[in-house]
Amino acid sequence: MKKARANTHCCWILASLFLSLFALGGRQTAASPPQKSTREELLVLPGEAGRSGGRLVVSLRGEPKTLNPLIAVDARSREVIGVMQADLVHINRATQLTEPALAKSWKISPDGLAYTVVLRHGLRFSDGQPLDADDVLFTFRVYLDENVHAPQRDLLIVGGKPIAVRKVDARTVVFELAKTYGVGERLFDGLAILPRHLLEKPYQEGKLGQIGSLPTAADQWAGLGPFRLKEYVAGQRLVLERNPYYWKSDAKGNRLPYLDELVFLFVPNADAQVLKFQSGETDMISQLGAENFFVLSKQQRGYRMVDAGPGLEYNFLFFNLTDASEKTSPEMQRKQKWFREVKFRQAVSAAVDREAIVRLVYQGRGAALWGLVAPGNRRWGNEKLAHPAQSLERARTLLKEAGFSWSNGPDGESILLDSDGKPVEFSILTSSSNADRAKMAALLQDDLKQLGIRAQVVPLEFRSLLDRVTQTKEYDACVMGIASSDADPNSDINVWLSSGGTHLWNPSQAHTATPWEAEIDRLIEEQMSARTFEQRKKLYDRAQEVLAENQPMIFLASPNILTGAKNSIGNFHPAVLEPYVLWNVEQLYLKDGTENATR
Amino acid sequence: MRVRRTFVKWLVALGILHGIVLCAGFFAPYDPVEQDRKSPYLSPMRVHLMDVHGHFHVRPFVYSLRLREGSFDQYEEDPTEPHPVKFFLSGARYQLLGFLPCRMHFFGAGNTRIYLLGTDAYGRDQFSRLLFGGQVSLFAGLLGTGITLLMGLSIGAVAGYYGGWSDNLLMRVAELFLALPWLYLLFALRAFLPLAVSPLEAFFLIVAVIGAVGWARPARLVRGVVLSAKERDFVRAARGFGASNGYLLRRHILPETSSVLLTQAAILIPQYVLAEMTLSFLGLGVPEPVPSWGNLLSSLQQYSVLVSYWWMYLPALIMVPFFLGYLGLASSLQEREEAYKIPRSSLGSLT
Repeated sequence: MKKARANTHCCWILASLFLSLFALGGRQTAASPPQKSTREELLVLPGEAGRSGGRLVVSLRGEPKTLNPLIAVDARSREVIGVMQADLVHINRATQLTEPALAKSWKISPDGLAYTVVLRHGLRFSDGQPLDADDVLFTFRVYLDENVHAPQRDLLIVGGKPIAVRKVDARTVVFELAKTYGVGERLFDGLAILPRHLLEKPYQEGKLGQIGSLPTAADQWAGLGPFRLKEYVAGQRLVLERNPYYWKSDAKGNRLPYLDELVFLFVPNADAQVLKFQSGETDMISQLGAENFFVLSKQQRGYRMVDAGPGLEYNFLFFNLTDASEKTSPEMQRKQKWFREVKFRQAVSAAVDREAIVRLVYQGRGAALWGLVAPGNRRWGNEKLAHPAQSLERARTLLKEAGFSWSNGPDGESILLDSDGKPVEFSILTSSSNADRAKMAALLQDDLKQLGIRAQVVPLEFRSLLDRVTQTKEYDACVMGIASSDADPNSDINVWLSSGGTHLWNPSQAHTATPWEAEIDRLIEEQMSARTFEQRKKLYDRAQEVLAENQPMIFLASPNILTGAKNSIGNFHPAVLEPYVLWNVEQLYLKDGTENATR
Repeated sequence: MRVRRTFVKWLVALGILHGIVLCAGFFAPYDPVEQDRKSPYLSPMRVHLMDVHGHFHVRPFVYSLRLREGSFDQYEEDPTEPHPVKFFLSGARYQLLGFLPCRMHFFGAGNTRIYLLGTDAYGRDQFSRLLFGGQVSLFAGLLGTGITLLMGLSIGAVAGYYGGWSDNLLMRVAELFLALPWLYLLFALRAFLPLAVSPLEAFFLIVAVIGAVGWARPARLVRGVVLSAKERDFVRAARGFGASNGYLLRRHILPETSSVLLTQAAILIPQYVLAEMTLSFLGLGVPEPVPSWGNLLSSLQQYSVLVSYWWMYLPALIMVPFFLGYLGLASSLQEREEAYKIPRSSLGSLT
């Protein structure tokens, strides 16, 4: 759920060019037979060479539920899994572009239907077992098995059919798609390659879902990531140690990662993370709110705070546009009459003071938002979308055109009346655990008051809020935020498509409710199978325009990614894509003569 | 009489404090929900008598504050123009005592805004919010106490006067209520209510809940007093002359409970104000943007506010004079009771 930053990306591109040359050269020279069995093709990372050793401590908001990528859905588990596992092709969090990972290279057939992936030589899991094409085959068989219920499965169904995986030789695998897939090799990002030698037996016994829980013994678990399991202390911490078989090295030829240990401390909430960081118990911090970032910035002692720029999170207000059923109360039907009126939604959008949201909620560390593609996404935003400033006059004109009128209340305030003469009042749900969104709602409430609309803010615990929005559908309006996991539009597909579960204003539609939603569905599906970036961008731009015209979501603002690290941490380059500070964990190191966190 | 004088002293002090809160619209310079989005977390303004040039002004004045370049909440005084504090000027509309439409405010600063106690995250005037918040919190305390005492009085009187199975039943129920973890009960109760309740509904809901939960203790006290009172000679005598139960209760027995009730009231009111604050602090009270002392304090749940803006603590401080007043009143009530009481033993020796 991060975005990328621009500052280093030119050198990254150069570096990856250099890299592929190097890899090529490596293969040619490595043809000399003697060490063939032990020869390794390490991925050489450019950038500052560090110092080996030391321990890095970071905090997690609560315990991860599992180490098993097949059942992990919570953010904490995914963060831990991210440093213990590796994928074939990886999206560089800084450049937002793909680069080779376990796959040394890949080739897409001219018709776009077959991807040939060549693995590196000499890859080993963290327990020393070698990896070959059979592990890859096994991995995708497990992901695609319906009985496993892996969250990755949906991503691997293209054109209604699962991706077919075929082994060519011990290091070459072909992936065959039923339909062209605009996402291309990005689809491999985040799909951890699993250790067949450990998982095949549980898989055949149907017990895959039960393994990888946190008390797993260190020798029962293996991955291809930079770190491997060392120790887990329930309720306190998870200690990972350096994977000695990791397949990357620095420019000087030192095997990565530099750190000996990576420790995740479990803390209850964001404020506790701040306190731990401030007291020096942790070395890095991310996902900071603007206010806490400000507090930490004010008293910088031995650490530096970095604003990585606009992220991919988008916050928005939406109204309940679900289909009326016999269960819908008459009052709800009356309110939905306003919500369905596109001019009403446009008027609300015109009345929102986005600039105040950025200033008061994010203390200026954020950006106003008029569309789903956040400014941190450098490639996919539609630059032609209008960014109208707050205009109460425009809002009033729109409301008047839609048949609304005003009357004077007892205290002399104006009250908006609908065409039946009833006052316009509704409630706005927000998550009680998110102070930022609660603040946004309070500002919206005041903006709407200027139009004569009485809105009430109702803070709800997040799970019951989600239940109301997606299950019972008993709500008027809601302020929510979504953070895209990748810059590619594919990561927001369930928001765009009317059949999607996070198509929040009217989720999981069996039949598309409105013509404009049908148009969005068509555009999004077309761009999915379009081959070139330009084609996809054109279709995606149009989808953004349709969304902006109809305002089913009234976009508010997008926060910057705010992070911090001790001065002693080298190679600290926070990215706007998840995992914001740990994406280059293998390159992080502790500088000479400095002390790291003492626990 | 000395006891009487301290009693009046406390009563007057409380009267003044409540009068200020009651006329919050007049004493507060601004509308408590009005957002001044240019000035979030503005620190309390200094009222000057001496300007930057060293000139003395008879009329106190303030300098307007401007945001320091590139910062979010650091303000500096703009010494170019002093803005004198003006009194009795026209401003935001409000309703005095809840029904008199009015625009007159006690003080203000003309063409700039004056924030005596700073502003909150939305640039709302903390001073105005404190006064208006007092209306909610204090009124909830008073009304809740009224309900509690009414319930306590009737239940205690029935239990004490009639005795027997009704006494047993009522007192067991009272024990049950004393044992209830009422905070959790409130959480549960709130979950059953409709999602969006208007501030007024929310207010009466809290009052009803706070009031209904606390009746057990006063009821036991009243029962005790009634039990002893109904055996007093004058009550027996009245009964002997054929007085009805209702008459006896009304004329002879319940007046005996008045001092107990008054003392209870003085103790309960601050307790109930605190209960309202607790509920609002936890988000179960009146919803935003209506202020109450509890939800003014709730912003302190954020670490960043806790360490950055000291004036957000002020709502916790403001209840001190009120509570002091009530506790002083309670103790002087008790003293008065002692002073007026004719010792039972001496009474006995007289007869």
